[in-house]
Amino acid sequence: MIKLIPRVENSTVMVLLSPLLALTLTALSAYLIFVFVLVDIPVSSVFFTLFVEPLIDSYYFSELLVKAAPLMIIGLGLSIGFRAGIWNIGAEGQYVMGGIAGSAVGLYFYNVEALWLLPLMTIAGILGGMFYAGIAAFLRIKYQVNEILVTLMLTYVAVLFLSAMLQGPLRNPSGFNFPESRIFHDSAMLPIIWEGTRLHIGLIVAIILSFVAWFGIKKHMFGMQIKISGSAPRAAKFAGFDDNKTVWYSLLISGGLAGLAGLFEAAGPAGQLTPGLPQFYGFTAIIVAFLARLHPVGVLFSALLIALSYVGGENVQIEYNLPSSITQIFQGMLLFYFLACDILIKYKVVSFKTKN
Amino acid sequence: MSNRSLSSVVKLSILSVVLAFTSNVYADPVKAAFVYIGPTGDHGWTFAHDQGAKYVKEMMGDDVIITTVESVEENSDSERVITSLARKNDIIFTTSFGYMNPTVKVAARYPNVKFEHATGYMRPTDNISTYSARFYEGRHVIGKIAGRMTKNNVIGYIASFPIPEVIRGINSAYLAAKSVNPDIEMKIVWVYSWYDPGKEADAANALIAQGADILMQHTDSTAPMTVAEEKGVYAFGQASNMREWGKNAQLTGIIDDWGPYYLERVQAVKDGTWTSTDVFHGVDSGMVKFAPMNKSMPKDIRNEASRAIIDLSMGKIHPFTGPINKQDGSPWLAEGETPPNYPDLLTMDFYVEGIEAKYPN
Repeated sequence: MIKLIPRVENSTVMVLLSPLLALTLTALSAYLIFVFVLVDIPVSSVFFTLFVEPLIDSYYFSELLVKAAPLMIIGLGLSIGFRAGIWNIGAEGQYVMGGIAGSAVGLYFYNVEALWLLPLMTIAGILGGMFYAGIAAFLRIKYQVNEILVTLMLTYVAVLFLSAMLQGPLRNPSGFNFPESRIFHDSAMLPIIWEGTRLHIGLIVAIILSFVAWFGIKKHMFGMQIKISGSAPRAAKFAGFDDNKTVWYSLLISGGLAGLAGLFEAAGPAGQLTPGLPQFYGFTAIIVAFLARLHPVGVLFSALLIALSYVGGENVQIEYNLPSSITQIFQGMLLFYFLACDILIKYKVVSFKTKN
Repeated sequence: MSNRSLSSVVKLSILSVVLAFTSNVYADPVKAAFVYIGPTGDHGWTFAHDQGAKYVKEMMGDDVIITTVESVEENSDSERVITSLARKNDIIFTTSFGYMNPTVKVAARYPNVKFEHATGYMRPTDNISTYSARFYEGRHVIGKIAGRMTKNNVIGYIASFPIPEVIRGINSAYLAAKSVNPDIEMKIVWVYSWYDPGKEADAANALIAQGADILMQHTDSTAPMTVAEEKGVYAFGQASNMREWGKNAQLTGIIDDWGPYYLERVQAVKDGTWTSTDVFHGVDSGMVKFAPMNKSMPKDIRNEASRAIIDLSMGKIHPFTGPINKQDGSPWLAEGETPPNYPDLLTMDFYVEGIEAKYPN
């Protein structure tokens, strides 16, 4: 039998090294898989396309940042909630609702070109996400309904709601009755920060927010509160922290940020509201948050890593005709090794004989 | 790199630029790329497009280099995939409606690359063509067969998204079935996906439970056919021959044959004769074909179906021939009238009279 026993002391070096270790193990496993799978193609060139090209080719690098921005914003919100032990699994739903709410504002003023439009859409997006996560907070506080179930189930509702909106009120009246909105005009679109690419201001917002969150958690009482609520709920109670407040704040912050990301997607790369708005960012951001060990600044880096796997995986598919599941395999291995490394840092494996 | 080889590279590139300007004819192989919404193994929509791509390769051999990308979601990711392809290809086929705006955006940035968008309607720059097939003609034929073959008088329809193409199919199949069997009833389940074997199978089971003994699908997997085979009901192949999954169940199938069109377009790029066009072909040009009919079908029904196919190919009949009313009873087509492509067919957003299901919105 094997048993995990907590280590008395965690090695600081290993804590810092474990992400690198996980990355190396992922690369090694990927290498092994490629050696067996690839026939005529040298593994090194696949590796180059997968991991290096997206970083050195300016177009792919810009796309990597485009892909990372929503993951950063959602992952950041989730990391705050997860610290407090509030499991918002349905960021995808809040992302969709934010996208709908913000886009609805943009579409309502479809013939108005004004500076205030984008800020108004942004606020609507955040409120849409907050409202949606707020349902889960309300149900948990009032009726002790598990927030994991509520947020997850509400995701399906959100996607269907999006379909309904695009079949009805938000459909492009001159769009041949296809379920798509009008295309946003310029003042409803996010400013581009890198000319000639799709990279929008969302990246800057993500970076600023993550540092704000970092300082907030460090300096503000609320940071202490969520930390203790998450790791030692009873202690939090004795300290007189308001449990309900933790639930509300965690869900509203993560929901609001997911909603913001949804609006940024619609008013950024998509440029309109389509049934393609939900694209798993809300779920992928869970991986992002855990890869960053729930650290608000770490989220920036883990989002980049996951975005790299998307862009690189796509290019490998295009260049070498490999199946699209490469990306998922890569992400799965990365998370697996990362969690395994972390477990082995915190616990040691002891083998012992059973009595029989 | 030495100076000499550098200068030869410069010379070579100048030469190729000059060549490119003096003639549009490609000496090199044409690079053609295909963007697919599903996996090529769906044995439905994407499979049929991939067969078309393979046909081009087979016919043109070394004169063409083909790249395919499967399972590209209809979201902002598709713009990146199309851009990546535009950097390295001469012609790109984007084979689903949801790629329309990304295709339009990329086409504006790459004026020298040709784009072919399936089932869309936007051609703002002259390097975009659109193409689609009159699948509703195929639905007419299977509607007739279904109307004759059903014992419960209930047809189950597994629909994907309420877009004009799908609505056309439902209406066409219903009208044809009704024309041979006035008691026919059509039950429709929307799965809101093009490819989701799980949901499609659920929908098939639900429809059978509601009494349907014939299934039609406008989704891309073979799951409904598999369910039909298990439950002993009939079904029709979608986009390709699905006989393998329903030896007894498949009565016939609507086959999308994109190969000849793809070959023509890629060849046109090679010859320098490509221009922006809008194609909407049906049974007459062979873009819509049929799988062999199941031998278990009575001969007179088979003959009737073959007759309909011949009439369609000769343009003698139109699946939508008046008098036809809309679901709410308001008149759509007068006696003997047939609808124009635009707006009636291309923007269709209503059921015809007789369908009891509620229009989804």
